[in-house]
Amino acid sequence: MLWCKDAEFSQGAYSLSAGLQIEAGKVTAVIGPSGAGKSTLLGGIAGFVPQTRGALYWKGVDITTLAPAKRPVSMLFQDNNLFPHLSVMQNVALALGPKLKPGATDRKRVEQMLGLVGLDGMADRKPAELSGGQQSRAALARALLQDRDVMLMDEPFSALGPGLKAEMLDLSVALAKEAGRTVVMVTHDPSDAARVADSIIGVSPNKAWPPIATQSFLSDPPAAFVDYLG
Amino acid sequence: MARSAFSISAALIVAGLIIGPVTAVLWRGGGFTALSAADVSALKFTIWQAFWSALISVVLAIPVARALARRAFWGRSALISVMGAPFILPVIVAILGLLAVFGGNGMLNLLLSPLGLPRLEIYGAQGVILAHVFFNLPLAVRLILQGWLAVPSERFRVAASLGAPVFWLLEWPMLRRVVPGAFAVIFVICLGSFAVALTLGGGPRATTVELAIYQAFKFDFDLSKAASLAVVQLCLGLGAGGLALFLSRGDLLGAGFDRVVQRWDGSKVLDAVCIGFAALFLLAPLVAVAIAGVTGLIDLPSSVWGAAVRSLMIALGAIVLTMTLALPLATKAGEAASLLGISVSGLVLGTGLFLIVQPFVRPSSVALPVTMVVNVLMALPFVLRILRPGIEAARADFGRLGQSLGLSGFALWRIVYLPRVRRPMGFAAGLTGALAMGDLGVITLFSRPGEGTLPLMMYDLMGRYQMDAAYGAALVLVVLSLGVFWVFDKGGRAHAVV
Amino acid sequence: MKKTLLTVAGLMFASVAAAETNVLTVYAPDYFGSEWGPGPSIEAAFEAQCECDLQYQTGDVLPRLLLEGERTEADVVIGLNTDVTKRARESGLLGEHSVDLSVLTLPIEWADDVFVPFNYSHTAFIYDNTKLDGFDSFEDLLNAPDDVRVVIQDPRSSISGLALVLWVQSVYGDEAEAAWGRLAPKIVTVTQGWSEAYGLFTDGEADVVLSFTTSPAYHIIAEEDLTKSAAIFDEGHYFFVELAAKVAGTDNPELADQFMAFVLTPEFQSLIPTTNWSFPAALPIEQWPEGFQELPQPETVLFYSEDEAAALRDGAIEAWRVALSQ
Repeated sequence: MLWCKDAEFSQGAYSLSAGLQIEAGKVTAVIGPSGAGKSTLLGGIAGFVPQTRGALYWKGVDITTLAPAKRPVSMLFQDNNLFPHLSVMQNVALALGPKLKPGATDRKRVEQMLGLVGLDGMADRKPAELSGGQQSRAALARALLQDRDVMLMDEPFSALGPGLKAEMLDLSVALAKEAGRTVVMVTHDPSDAARVADSIIGVSPNKAWPPIATQSFLSDPPAAFVDYLG
Repeated sequence: MARSAFSISAALIVAGLIIGPVTAVLWRGGGFTALSAADVSALKFTIWQAFWSALISVVLAIPVARALARRAFWGRSALISVMGAPFILPVIVAILGLLAVFGGNGMLNLLLSPLGLPRLEIYGAQGVILAHVFFNLPLAVRLILQGWLAVPSERFRVAASLGAPVFWLLEWPMLRRVVPGAFAVIFVICLGSFAVALTLGGGPRATTVELAIYQAFKFDFDLSKAASLAVVQLCLGLGAGGLALFLSRGDLLGAGFDRVVQRWDGSKVLDAVCIGFAALFLLAPLVAVAIAGVTGLIDLPSSVWGAAVRSLMIALGAIVLTMTLALPLATKAGEAASLLGISVSGLVLGTGLFLIVQPFVRPSSVALPVTMVVNVLMALPFVLRILRPGIEAARADFGRLGQSLGLSGFALWRIVYLPRVRRPMGFAAGLTGALAMGDLGVITLFSRPGEGTLPLMMYDLMGRYQMDAAYGAALVLVVLSLGVFWVFDKGGRAHAVV
Repeated sequence: MKKTLLTVAGLMFASVAAAETNVLTVYAPDYFGSEWGPGPSIEAAFEAQCECDLQYQTGDVLPRLLLEGERTEADVVIGLNTDVTKRARESGLLGEHSVDLSVLTLPIEWADDVFVPFNYSHTAFIYDNTKLDGFDSFEDLLNAPDDVRVVIQDPRSSISGLALVLWVQSVYGDEAEAAWGRLAPKIVTVTQGWSEAYGLFTDGEADVVLSFTTSPAYHIIAEEDLTKSAAIFDEGHYFFVELAAKVAGTDNPELADQFMAFVLTPEFQSLIPTTNWSFPAALPIEQWPEGFQELPQPETVLFYSEDEAAALRDGAIEAWRVALSQ
């Protein structure tokens, strides 16, 4: 369980309060109006946005003061997920350690993972030589290869077309579940949540609400989200 | 945390290397001396000419940089490299080159007089500013060009598809960020002007602070006066630097996968005129230097090659040291600390270092390391101005990704930042090397390292009436400096993603 | 690079250690020690007779000596000018020499017990004799048309520039500022040092340059070019001399004395003219190289003692500055 205990994350003048628990091994969507603080919540969990109050626990262990790399968290960003100057192999292999020339074992693991996300034979390409969907797959491969319990997704597929976006979402969640990961994903599209999420965290300006089961959230939204869901 | 501790210690080292020597001179001189009326008027002239030199340099550089940024033509990259040459020319060579074009018997006057036009007079304030623009226009162009190239081509595509005003949307924010820094660096360089201001200024009207320091040191051995003036220089440099850094706040433009820099706006004719005039202005004096030098090559003694190797060694050493210091210093505070380096008189710096090392070691035995340290201090401000925007952009775009992957320290630099700043780093390394090659060594107190370097040899020859051979040595120096510059600059651009 | 640095540093220390036996350290200006200067041939000649190792430390001579004080490595300093003798003497760092000065062939009396002159010249204006008729006097130069382009050196940064203001001072006295005012329109520019000014002259930027009476010798001997002449003035020319002195605290006094004595020997003196392009201080004119013997010599030689020069200097520079700033 990921527990934001009476937490507050602040970036400049903006702050978001969050008192909530996210169930391990499940998929939790984060929805809410633009600018409400969805990304802030993820950034706070990942350790990029300073926590100004409360504590953060993963499976009972206090991770409040850990540096981003020390947290049990991998993250797919909205953009700039890949280093343009590195090949797909190098980009993905970074999940296994800070090396630009991965050894034979590591290469094998990377290639396996690339096979899983549908990037067979693309290992030596540079990101600029990939399509948008392929770039997303490479980023996903790396996040999965990182040995972290929680995978945070900050709308990494928002630039893709609707069909491709749904496909990538399904693929990510399926592979993450298979690996026993806990997924927290930001989306602005309730239908995304309906497709894959077990529960939904609603974020209204300055506050993230505890998760509610997807079906109940969508059919009987809390008062703060009635307008948003329309 | 680790990063900032690292940066802070690098900044402290640099500040210490500058403030330490000045303090040593001040202490030995017995404290401050009040400035005389002549010093104050020298100070006024110094600021006045530095202001106009810097302003004109950056204003002229903007259209040239824009033209170079948006036009692809044959020989463009060679032209950019060669146009950088004035910045690394030894002062005396540059002056003679300028005079060959603008002087009393220069090409321009030879063209004007048959037309019955009045003779162009270079000597005076206009000559000082002309020379400073000649020296610093290349730097300004490159710094601003760097800014243009840092704007992802996707942005121009978006702007073109929207029919949006490219200037206000993309270029003005970029210029606001880049131009104040370029202005400050050039302003501070011109504060230290001495031989240029004097020779082309036409006499004592064009007296600068640096001359007053030289006089205090060499003739009066008045260390107190020299140090007091150096402190004035430091304050001016810090003031200018701080102001520029303050003004250069602004949003960093994001990264993108740069494919081809293509533009859909602007007049080709106007751009061609801008590039043509800049090339003519910067290259004509160089050609004059080259012509004078070619005939002198045969008079060169064989020892020129030993001197060339020594100069190259100093250049390479300076590059390694400068780059090592520059990376952790690529922050606002670091850049401010480094500006101290060019604002303070090299003479005072050298004297201070001499006073500091002299109780411990034989000064002549540390001549080479000291030469390098001084060169590094002089190059750092340029290097940081060139590197900082790229490193900050890389930090903004990929810092979190790097952190989430657990990259830190050296690995973070090697994997994330360095490849992102290859192009500016190559440029900065080339510039450092070229500057170090052309440096006469402000540290005449330490004796020359081993035998002479190329610039020393050139001055030696000049002092021996052998002007032709001196021009030959100058040509070798210029070609080698440009070679070092070109190799590193090219190395940075090859395979660079951005 | 680090390795290279260490190697270089190591070599330097090694050479110092190996040569510790009998070393004479001479502080000299850059030009003196350079490949084209008198340094190398003088070093060879002295080492042939002293069984020692003469090492030059080149750069700023007096500032370095003053900064080092008693700790200086120098045994002898060479290449000082009269503008700094007063300060050097007052520092107490230089000792008396025991050289017999009766062999001197200077145009002035010289009886200094610290400084030994080794060559001399006079400040003079050099011109191209195919383009100008020359000038017989300072008055002649001041009366020349204003389109005659003259380049001089700054007295605040150049020793020849300083010699010029003292020259004007000695010729014109209280009228110096007015004289500068008459020369000012002809002065194209003022340079930091001699090299820049002479470069401007040979490049054709100026018709007349402030240099020395010995300058034409270089063109005559090395280039077989007879077109450069020094204008010899009726009022006289300012004396310009270079000096050597022994360091009082030298740890090798005998060797230092031996070198000081060597300075005035014919062997040393005959090396001077064509390496330093100056008149030797102790060599009869018959033994000067061809080209030097024929150089026109001024009839009157003007010179201020160091105390006079020190008293006049600031006023003379100020007169120059005021007149040229108009």
